[in-house]
Amino acid sequence: MAASAPTEHKPARRWHIVVFLAPAVLVYTAIMIIPLFSTLFQSLFNTVDGERAFVGLGNFITLFFDPRWAQSFWNALANNFWFFVIHMIVQNPIGVLLAAILSNPNLRLRGFYRTAIFIPTILSFVIVGFVWKLILSPLWGIAPNMLDAIGLRSLFSPWLGQEGAALTTLALVSVWQFVGIPMMLIYAALLSIPDEVIEAAEIDGVTGAKQFFKIQLPLILPTIGIISILTFVGNFNAFDLIYVSQGAQAGPNGSTDILGTLLYRTFFGFQLQQGDPNMGSAIATMMFLIILVGVSIYLFGIQTRLRRYQF
Amino acid sequence: MNTARASLPRAFAAHAVLIGYTLIALFPVFVVVINAFKDRRAIFSDPLALPGPESFSLIGFETVTNQGDFLLYFQNSLIVTVASLFCVLLFGAMAAFALSEYRFKGNPLMALYLALGIMIPIRLGTVAILQIMVATGLVNTHTALILVYTAQGLPLAIFILSEFMRTVSADLKNAGRVDGLSEYRIFFTLVLPLVRPAMATVAVFTMIPIWNDLWFPLILAPAEATKTVTLGAQVFIGQFVTNWNAVLAALTLAIIPVLVLYLIFSRQLIRGITSGAVK
Repeated sequence: MAASAPTEHKPARRWHIVVFLAPAVLVYTAIMIIPLFSTLFQSLFNTVDGERAFVGLGNFITLFFDPRWAQSFWNALANNFWFFVIHMIVQNPIGVLLAAILSNPNLRLRGFYRTAIFIPTILSFVIVGFVWKLILSPLWGIAPNMLDAIGLRSLFSPWLGQEGAALTTLALVSVWQFVGIPMMLIYAALLSIPDEVIEAAEIDGVTGAKQFFKIQLPLILPTIGIISILTFVGNFNAFDLIYVSQGAQAGPNGSTDILGTLLYRTFFGFQLQQGDPNMGSAIATMMFLIILVGVSIYLFGIQTRLRRYQF
Repeated sequence: MNTARASLPRAFAAHAVLIGYTLIALFPVFVVVINAFKDRRAIFSDPLALPGPESFSLIGFETVTNQGDFLLYFQNSLIVTVASLFCVLLFGAMAAFALSEYRFKGNPLMALYLALGIMIPIRLGTVAILQIMVATGLVNTHTALILVYTAQGLPLAIFILSEFMRTVSADLKNAGRVDGLSEYRIFFTLVLPLVRPAMATVAVFTMIPIWNDLWFPLILAPAEATKTVTLGAQVFIGQFVTNWNAVLAALTLAIIPVLVLYLIFSRQLIRGITSGAVK
């Protein structure tokens, strides 16, 4: 065995590391990273007279300024921002409130409430979209009759069919579906605050709502930051709910169009419009850049400034 | 402790808020399920009543099961979800083990590379993914969806599993090495059984978006033979917009499996979120 001894001193080729990493790295690279960059690359080309031609930023100039495109693009972008704003001002405060109540150790039936409130999150958009369409439909009359029961019938109108109300209504449906996620994450963060911190606050006479805002809220700010960036990425990547409830045209009259539905229509075409992979790539690139900017602002601008507490 | 201070009115208020929100969360699901079991007249005359002896009817379910390929769609969803889940868990755990166990050049870089996908949605590469699938003839196959969902699930799985694998005792693994176990045996027989709870959490997190996805089935596998439940339900409900019994029955059939799955795994999911997701 003397012959094998020297080889042990050389840095051994540890093939098992390669074997362990290879399947994940290969699938991830081939199906996620390469297509992503290839899509970004394709946004620089277009089909001119049946030939593939390099057009530089031409597609983006078309997207921003050509009247046929610009109107739908800016409309979708503005709608997407509104969709995100509704999530931030409705979903996250409700999530914090529910989590704060749930984190009380004396509360009975916590498990039941947690499970029940989380259920909409596991349903598919197809179900959620149709269910709410049925409930809000003036045909079936569940929503109008319920408003009638509390004397507010006059408030009802077919919200999903009105240009002014449809997008906000769908954003609220999406909030209804996903409020379980911020609730769960904040609940987990609240549970991880050690008892000593709470006890110290009690001794200093800080209790109730004041305790929550002065002690607990600052401690869960990093979690709220993570939730905000997850909401941002999710909202700027949304498609399914709008597609299911309003169709690819995102009606009425484009009022619920967001970047995801615009990407779908551009890429695949609809009715009289031909599908255009290059303009589709340009829109996907814009979505990528928006998400990248959002994530960077969060990572470098916000997360580094949030103080992390070590317990 | 604030426990001593929790007074009766405050507990009452807390329950009022939670019950109120629970009703909002469950009401739509409840309305659809109860009305699916009623005849057409009862659906319209009193949508909020439970099905009674007079109004009970299974006509909607009969229409759906006679006309649709719901069973086939379920089978497709099941094949795609289970196969993707298997690949995500196996490949993810292997990569997580390599990253957490061995020191090698480029380890942190590799971890960062694999984590990129947590923040960047795979959907943005759709244009090129479709071209790849067309070029390789994988359009309208289960394989196309399985590959995409595996790639989609890996980043988060690797991230969570490598955190957990760092907590496995080094003594145990070194004892295995002294006993002459290969690195593969150490991974499969010593480490994997110990991270089973983390694997279950990752499984639930990975499974729900795969089962519910509409985008990729719509684009990569819209053929009748490969349609998933989500896509099938979408097309199917669209055909029956005027047949309310069938719409409600189809919705109920689409809700029930995921609800059952969730009730089975919910404890694991909640434990996973409350122990691992926020660090």
